[in-house]
Amino acid sequence: MAIKVLYFAGLREALGVSSESMELPVGITTVGDLRTLLAARGGKWAEQLAPTRNVRMAVIQLMVPAHAPVKDGDEVAFFPPVTGG
Amino acid sequence: MPVRVQTEDFDLSREVAQLRAAQGPRAAQIGGIATFIGTVRDINDGSGVSSLTLEHYPGMTEKALENIVTQAHGRWDIFDALVIHRVGILHPQDQIVLVVTLGAHRGEAFAACEFIMDYLKTQAPFWKKEATPQGERWVEARASDDTAAAKWGTAASNDANKGGK
Repeated sequence: MAIKVLYFAGLREALGVSSESMELPVGITTVGDLRTLLAARGGKWAEQLAPTRNVRMAVIQLMVPAHAPVKDGDEVAFFPPVTGG
Repeated sequence: MPVRVQTEDFDLSREVAQLRAAQGPRAAQIGGIATFIGTVRDINDGSGVSSLTLEHYPGMTEKALENIVTQAHGRWDIFDALVIHRVGILHPQDQIVLVVTLGAHRGEAFAACEFIMDYLKTQAPFWKKEATPQGERWVEARASDDTAAAKWGTAASNDANKGGK
């Protein structure tokens, strides 16, 4: 099993990727952990996912705070604040 | 509680008529119908806007809108609500979003309609990109939208660093 990670809008453009599949690394239990792990890729990842950036997160298509759990098979998404309506 | 995300335009009269008809016999108990239509402006943050591209998160968008409507039902005694949000490329004066609420009286219809829009602004995964004379740019979230959502009394911030959910 793996997790699916999606990126939207300005974040998708800045990272140059809209989705990826990855094995959930050992020790990663929350969506905040996952964000830190992705930021550790460095470069634009570090810049875009820096703790100071207002990045919203969803797990299984539900917006969640950073401490929300992530488990194998989940769909996780990172995106900027929403601007619909 | 119909929720639709579509590229096509919508017709207010037709949508209201269909929603009322869908209520069956209890349609006769409706005494107040509130409608809100959001439209594309030709200016934003001091720049002319020639077009708008709306991106969304398929699947999650529908769930988020349904959740917002469910919350509205929990707060007000409304018969039904309809939300239509367009995606894709839109131009100034185009319709973007429609919210219709059916109540026995105007109070709950107005309140539920405003609540749905306020929550949609901070909780539904849509993003606008504007085409301006200076190039394309993603629309920034507004603090005033957080303020509008906050007045309903639960955490609905669009700012991840404020712990909104």
